[in-house]
Amino acid sequence: MSYDGLRSLLPKNDLLGFAVLALLLVVVLPLSLDIFRLNLVGKYLTYAFVALGLVLCWGYGGILSLGQGVFFGLGGYAMAMFLKLEASSPENTAIQSTPGIPDFMDWNQITELPWFWEPFNSLIFTVLAIVIIPSIFAYIIGVAMFKRRVGGVYFAIITQAVAAILTILIIGQQGYTGGVNGITDLRTLKGWDIRTDEAKYAFYFLCVFMLFVCLFIAQYVRKSKLGRLLVAMREMEDRVRFSGYDVSNFKIFVFCLGSAFAAIGGAMFTLQVGFMSPTFVGIVPSIEMVIFCAVGGRLSILGAVYGTLVVNWAKTTFSESFPELWLFAMGALFIAVVMAFPNGLAGLYNKYAAHHVEKLLGKKKGQSPDAKATVGTQGVAHERQ
Amino acid sequence: MATMNHASQSGLGGKLPGLVKTLAGAVAGATMAFSAALHAAPATSEVNTTDLAVTDDTVTVGILHSVTGTMAISETGSVQAEKLAIEQINAQGGVLGRQIEYIQEDGASDWPTFAEKSRKLLLNDKVATVFGCWTSASRKAVLPVFEQYNGMLYYPTFYEGLEQSPNVIYTGQEATQQILAGIDWVVEEKGAKSFYLLGSDYIWPRTSNKIARKHIDKLGLKVSGEEYYPLGHTQFNSVINKIKLKKPDVIFASVVGGSNVAFYKQLKAAGIDMTDEKPLVLTISVTEDEILGIGGENIDGAYASMKYFQSLTNQNNQEFVKAFKERWGDDIVIGDVTQAAYLGPWLWKAAVEKAGSFDVDKVREASPGIELTTAPEGYVKIHPNHHLWSKTRIGRAKTDGQYEIVYETDELIEPDPFPEGYQ
Repeated sequence: MSYDGLRSLLPKNDLLGFAVLALLLVVVLPLSLDIFRLNLVGKYLTYAFVALGLVLCWGYGGILSLGQGVFFGLGGYAMAMFLKLEASSPENTAIQSTPGIPDFMDWNQITELPWFWEPFNSLIFTVLAIVIIPSIFAYIIGVAMFKRRVGGVYFAIITQAVAAILTILIIGQQGYTGGVNGITDLRTLKGWDIRTDEAKYAFYFLCVFMLFVCLFIAQYVRKSKLGRLLVAMREMEDRVRFSGYDVSNFKIFVFCLGSAFAAIGGAMFTLQVGFMSPTFVGIVPSIEMVIFCAVGGRLSILGAVYGTLVVNWAKTTFSESFPELWLFAMGALFIAVVMAFPNGLAGLYNKYAAHHVEKLLGKKKGQSPDAKATVGTQGVAHERQ
Repeated sequence: MATMNHASQSGLGGKLPGLVKTLAGAVAGATMAFSAALHAAPATSEVNTTDLAVTDDTVTVGILHSVTGTMAISETGSVQAEKLAIEQINAQGGVLGRQIEYIQEDGASDWPTFAEKSRKLLLNDKVATVFGCWTSASRKAVLPVFEQYNGMLYYPTFYEGLEQSPNVIYTGQEATQQILAGIDWVVEEKGAKSFYLLGSDYIWPRTSNKIARKHIDKLGLKVSGEEYYPLGHTQFNSVINKIKLKKPDVIFASVVGGSNVAFYKQLKAAGIDMTDEKPLVLTISVTEDEILGIGGENIDGAYASMKYFQSLTNQNNQEFVKAFKERWGDDIVIGDVTQAAYLGPWLWKAAVEKAGSFDVDKVREASPGIELTTAPEGYVKIHPNHHLWSKTRIGRAKTDGQYEIVYETDELIEPDPFPEGYQ
């Protein structure tokens, strides 16, 4: 991409925001947190993928999906299936009636690997499946809904129903899916132990890297004509349609994109936490993810990341300090957010801090005009010094 | 810089060992004398070589149950029992001269949260042991964490077996200890010939019914139906109609949680009077805690196969029930799992004292053969497979929500988590 292209993709303010986030995630947190806390941050960040997808779907496109847990779950389960097959080698499972199949299948009297598990022996297939299967699923839902001009509240309700159905399916078919327990006890990735501290560091950085890839894609969509069309559709769908655009195709696209983001988050979750269970697929986690997005500010892609981090950090801290009362504290936090700053953290930033930063940036511009030429952490870290 | 550091280190290296030895000796001596004067307790450096949260007069343990969410109603009893046991042990002088302090974490009825919190307890808080978990799903979620960081978990719930981790002591009964004697009893005493198996749809009821079915087959008797319903299911009318049609002698029920309320109420409403014992209801999932929700009048006459009932009349249990009510209120009831949770801290104390150390490896080594003569359920002993030897008892539910004990096995039953011929 040319320099001008980059400039238009990442204007000054956005560039600063990206750089500060990168600095926080790549330098500050890894240096200041021990591996346990860093692993927790890594886990929180996996939800940020979902929140990011929601910013595009809901904040820009006006499509509120209350079933993003479905895609998070599909991605997570795909990854977990691969890891579970590797952990279920005949040597590891010698104690079972049928060695070589996952333990929960053995408990459920299944004696051979079901056909749809077979392809997950391949890592390449798994990586592709993580993105493609949820996208296809989102495409089917999208076509079925948007082509019929189902939207708004009805769409939200249907996505909830899908989340409920998938949860029931996973729990009911426990011989094939692990049921309520989920897929647990994942050990190695291509022979590499994923439970060690080194692996946790590696997955953290992989997760941050993937998050930035998704952030850049989201930024690209936002800045492109597509992004402006999405906003136009949100504000006045009929006018866009009368201008000759096929509204449903744009909606389907952005819904699929959000789903693919969520699925990548799910896969990263499985890698970092070491298991996957239906508790992430249902209605409650799906709504929680909308809350992360709302706290961050539903129009801000960076806000989504901060919102997720803040809410989850609060959740962990409150529950460690007040194991019996923490839910009330969380409730109070959500009410406070909605009452005090309905546009979330990003709204707060724009209202109070943004013009100070701009002023600062304006001064800096004169002093080091070449600093912005390099995009990324180092360039701005340099500029800030 | 690097070379300088290296040089200065090796320069000092020559003198250091002697100095360190003297210092360490002096410190250790002082600590020993100090703690001997205070508690006659062994030095911390001796009883804790693995960097656990043990000081000269305290040892920190973890309690990890759900106190919020759908499981809170079941797990609260376990938390209360564990806290009571810890307080009683402290009142007796603690463990190895150290008072037990606990850090409580909330698993929030959410399996990944259990994994997160167990990692926190083991890695950050360095607790010496953890008392916790309830559902199989939560145990499966924390198991890799305990095995990775070599922690020790005391797990109180009756469960499906098929597991034997070096990092878990199972203080509840595994499936064969609960089921086989129960089925034998209804066959011998009640002349039961046919069984209808009914449970919630997850691993524990499915495994339990698998074991029950094999045992019924072995006895040459008949299983007339087997059905599962999702957790939280509340519509049992269709299965109750099938039961009325097939007329089994026994309904063998492993329905869990809130579903129980609907199941027993609908059974009664459908005209099946459990006191007639036609069919007889034998449950392995309803303790005194669940009856609080079901209502004694709705389950009057059903039989439960457990290892503990609050109505046990032995001396140990009378003292336990009295202490429990004094601590947590007169209205409280004590179920099977609550009692098993109470055993956890006592078994851990006995193992630590036998080992003379808090180190998990030594506690594990000392655990097999540990006996508890003061257990409310009577006498228990830890088997080398980390489960407890315990009796099976049959109770008959009464309208006041308590069980009348009608049978107990003569001998302790050996735990057998991987039963041959039942897999």
